[in-house]
Amino acid sequence: MFKKILIANRGEIACRVIRTAKKMGIKTVAVYSDADARAPHVKMADEAVRLGPPPAAESYLLADAIIAACKATGAEAVHPGYGFLSERESFARALAEEGIAFIGPPPNAIAAMGDKIESKKLAKQAGVNVVPGYLGEIADTDEAVRIASDIGYPVMMKASAGGGGKGMRLAYSEQDVREGFEATKREGLASFGDDRVFIEKFIESPRHIEIQVLGDQHGNIVYLGERECSVQRRHQKVVEEAPSPFVTPEMRKAMGEQAVALARAVGYYSAGTVELIVSGADTTGQGFYFLEMNTRLQVEHPVTEEVTGLDLVEQMIRVAAGEKLAFTQEDVKLTGWAIENRVYAEDPYRGFLPSTGRLSRYRPSPAGNGVRVDDGVFEGGEVSMFYDPMIAKLITYGATREEAIDKQIAALDAFELGGIGHNVDFLSALMQHPRFREGRLTTGFIAEEYPEGFQGAPASAELRRSLAALGAKVATVEAARARHIDGQLGAPLDPPSNWVARIDGEDFEVAVLDGDVTVAGAPFHVEVDYAPGQRRVDAMIDGKPLTVQIERQGSSWLFTTRGAKHRVRVLDPRTAALAGHMIEKVPPDLSKYLLCPMPGLLTQLHVSEGDKVEAGQPLAVVEAMKMENILRAEKAGVVKAVEAKAGDSLAVDAVILEFEGA
Amino acid sequence: MATTIEELEDRRERARLGGGQARIDAQHAKGRLTARERLDVLLDPGSFEEYDMFVEHNCSDFGMESQKVPGDGVVTGSGTINGRLVYVFAQDFTVFGGSLSERHAQKICKVMDMALKVGAPVIGLNDSGGARIQEGVASLGGYAEVFQRNVLASGVVPQISLIMGPCAGGAVYSPAMTDFIFMVKDSSYMFVTGPDVVKTVTNEVVTQEELGGAVTHTTKSGVADVAFENDIEALLATRDFFDYLPLSNRHDLPTRPTTDPWDRIEDSLDTLIPDSANKPYDMHELIRKVVDEGDFFEVQPTHAGNILCGFGRVEGRTIGIVANQPMVLAGVLDINSSKKAGRFVRFCDAFDIPIVTFVDVPGFLPGVAQEHSGIIKHGAKLLFAYAEATVPKITVITRKAYGGAYDVMASKHLRGDLNYAWPSAEIAVMGAKGAVEIIFRKDIGDAQKIAERTREYEERFANPFVAASKGFIDEVIMPHSTRRRIALGLRKLRDKQLENPWKKHDNIPL
Repeated sequence: MFKKILIANRGEIACRVIRTAKKMGIKTVAVYSDADARAPHVKMADEAVRLGPPPAAESYLLADAIIAACKATGAEAVHPGYGFLSERESFARALAEEGIAFIGPPPNAIAAMGDKIESKKLAKQAGVNVVPGYLGEIADTDEAVRIASDIGYPVMMKASAGGGGKGMRLAYSEQDVREGFEATKREGLASFGDDRVFIEKFIESPRHIEIQVLGDQHGNIVYLGERECSVQRRHQKVVEEAPSPFVTPEMRKAMGEQAVALARAVGYYSAGTVELIVSGADTTGQGFYFLEMNTRLQVEHPVTEEVTGLDLVEQMIRVAAGEKLAFTQEDVKLTGWAIENRVYAEDPYRGFLPSTGRLSRYRPSPAGNGVRVDDGVFEGGEVSMFYDPMIAKLITYGATREEAIDKQIAALDAFELGGIGHNVDFLSALMQHPRFREGRLTTGFIAEEYPEGFQGAPASAELRRSLAALGAKVATVEAARARHIDGQLGAPLDPPSNWVARIDGEDFEVAVLDGDVTVAGAPFHVEVDYAPGQRRVDAMIDGKPLTVQIERQGSSWLFTTRGAKHRVRVLDPRTAALAGHMIEKVPPDLSKYLLCPMPGLLTQLHVSEGDKVEAGQPLAVVEAMKMENILRAEKAGVVKAVEAKAGDSLAVDAVILEFEGA
Repeated sequence: MATTIEELEDRRERARLGGGQARIDAQHAKGRLTARERLDVLLDPGSFEEYDMFVEHNCSDFGMESQKVPGDGVVTGSGTINGRLVYVFAQDFTVFGGSLSERHAQKICKVMDMALKVGAPVIGLNDSGGARIQEGVASLGGYAEVFQRNVLASGVVPQISLIMGPCAGGAVYSPAMTDFIFMVKDSSYMFVTGPDVVKTVTNEVVTQEELGGAVTHTTKSGVADVAFENDIEALLATRDFFDYLPLSNRHDLPTRPTTDPWDRIEDSLDTLIPDSANKPYDMHELIRKVVDEGDFFEVQPTHAGNILCGFGRVEGRTIGIVANQPMVLAGVLDINSSKKAGRFVRFCDAFDIPIVTFVDVPGFLPGVAQEHSGIIKHGAKLLFAYAEATVPKITVITRKAYGGAYDVMASKHLRGDLNYAWPSAEIAVMGAKGAVEIIFRKDIGDAQKIAERTREYEERFANPFVAASKGFIDEVIMPHSTRRRIALGLRKLRDKQLENPWKKHDNIPL
């Protein structure tokens, strides 16, 4: 076994690998860019080596620097994590030449699976289902049309070297092919320097399901069941689970065996993932097709670990050290259900705008009891714009899918994040969504269910009543404390026991008598241990746990729970009655404004008063954290007023332009 | 007997109706509460004791003798906020538009005199059309009587003004001399002369809101401290605010129970200062992580944002906080920030509220506009205020403390009691680059030499240790222990005794 390994990565996956290495008694070497000098993976490792400035091209992608770090520290092997150098054949080869082990697959397997067209040919040869399509090079539009009608519409035209949704076009008819083929070629050339395009059948109700394989250097290969990652936003996975609610044992076996056959065909060892596209409309158990093979550890590997009981990183290290797999396919048993949610620094309330900066608050959900948090950040740390915006992975495990989902909801309620925008509410909304709970997933789930974006999960009447009860309890504690200030004229008064709690504009009359609370006449039993200033409140309401994050905002509160933020105002009845005279101010129609999306410096303003603008037209440039952000018109309109000028330092939501009313 | 009691009840009932239901409805329709309703929200339930309910005006001109309303347009008295005594007056817009008559002024003066005598704050709720024109000079005299009391009470009892409707002409000067002004958005305005006169005299066309609304005064002019969305928000916030203040300059600071540990460690503060010296960070985070429960009542949050002022508590006791804000103009001192903080420091000193200062200041703002507008005298206000203050003063330098601004920001030399620095502190005459270009002027053409010298200068001064070696810094502290250090310091300084030489009063550069 290795005595020391180097982890050529950062963030949660570097921490993840270090944890296993420590468990195995292996010393660890971290590498870091200047942006990560104070990052947790650097602190966790036994040694750390600086690579260079923050951009990945000048740090984490420098194969030579990493090899030099191995030599300098005496690391015998490198775990590449995912991303960065993990699927670079040249890196794996360079390590081999230096006599350093690569904790991953052999270089030729990386190469074989790296090309979309080549890998499909290999898969087909290995007897893996592939999407009906044409894998050769297509000369011109006429040929493309001929091929498309052979396959049958709808078809997908894809740039050979494409990925991440770029260079893809859907065609429902010959006309679509005629219009789109050349453009797809051009996009391929522009984005990837490769204008080869292939055409394949478009799968309806597609689900993304993948098979985890694991092999050793002695020819043993097993599959470790599937993961379903259909819930994606713009081809970025958001929720992953194992097993898949769509897969039957027979289907699992068929998929698994094909995946193993492919792995065997390319001489694969270590952990790898065969990604399949599955037709949700096809219930024969045969409607799965090879998409690609990822020759690395996947982000979502923990769900497989939870249901198999294996430590995949440990397995990878053992395989790299030449050990044989200690188990066979028969030994692999899937138990229970695991779900992973990716907590991203993206604000779902602002169209998933990436949000970077300082984590002024970071208290992840308490781990244990079926909750696992894989992260690489800390309170006071930075979510850097240079790297992936993933903050943490929240993994829950339960005996059933239902249980794992409910644990997610509870854990997300307790996940405290401050200083940056994040998607915790959105994840909770997904977990509560009836269609998700029924398992009726497709890769279009988010686009179909949230076509207008996200405004918070809907709150049931029961939840609103619970929040009213909790709000009244919090108000009672606050009032009781306020009434114990010193210097009073007489003895301190008792806090009011009657309140009017307004939850999102709806009033509830609440009476509080110790633990017994009545909301609109209905009795509740509320147990809550609240002290003023507390941000996370764990309550038992009628025996059911509810965690709410609370934040004081003037004379109101913002309660965040169950995937939404609720404005809560709790007043004594007299004040509440008088508050009825207040005029509700209609919030300004923000769609008429161009707002500054982040604190920054307005460096350029491209339009002036009276200008007509088209959707997508650049309007202004805001520099934040040394990054230029181009602000574009969301729709066509006319500039009514210019409210800021180049050189202004703007706060978030500061008005830059006002447009004419619609 | 029964009839006399009934008559009292009748009279009270009539008085409580003010200008009548129609006017009350009109007030409500504007989203405003009546004077008595406002006091209901402001004061503890049942605590209001009204004075002078039956006072009527003494005017007999222009038919006024036939129009008398008991109370005469202002409701006055005393009550409690969370059990602590407060004197209040609330102008009643439903009675003669809340206009100020001689008797109306007398009622205000009576509660102010009482407050001064017993040592309790005065809160005035302003909602008045202005002088009672029918009374002429008697009304003007009334204003001046109030002004005189505002001045005598200043520094003896806290005075808070809420502007909840019109406040124009001479009427503005009473709130102007109180300690804090809160305004209600879209509902209140303050100006010396209104839009009509402005149009006539200067030909400027401006709305009431633009000329003297809550937003104008809490952003541009800095006349008011905080703007609130409506009456209820303003009144409830005033209750919270009141809890920070001592009753008078002879009362001890209020203490409110808290469960927040005095020695709470905040590890995340160790990474608050960014890697790059030019990167800003939000000073609010430090403040909120130092004070009890993260509870910080900021005054003038939207005016001169390059300096933060406000109240917090440590171990339940009030402190005043002044902090440079690197997020706005790099935290530089300019005219507005000096005036804002200077006044705040003097309030704290007057009422024995310890001052905690967080320093990250690159210097004074250069520029023709600043010089011509008198940055010298205005900057001196903050310097003067800190220098004369005898309350406990604890200073923490987090990053930059450059030039004269270092001296100003509660430095050791201005009788700072405890002057701490974080390891990231840089205490120097100016930034390294500027300093090198002066000291090594002959090398300016040689970029390499300048870079070399700059590095040398940084090594020498871009740290707290030179200042610490001279005793200007008492201790270099870990950022994560800032709250613990401050709490301990405040305990030790609780019985601090320091007096300035006897004088009639000082001559602060106004």
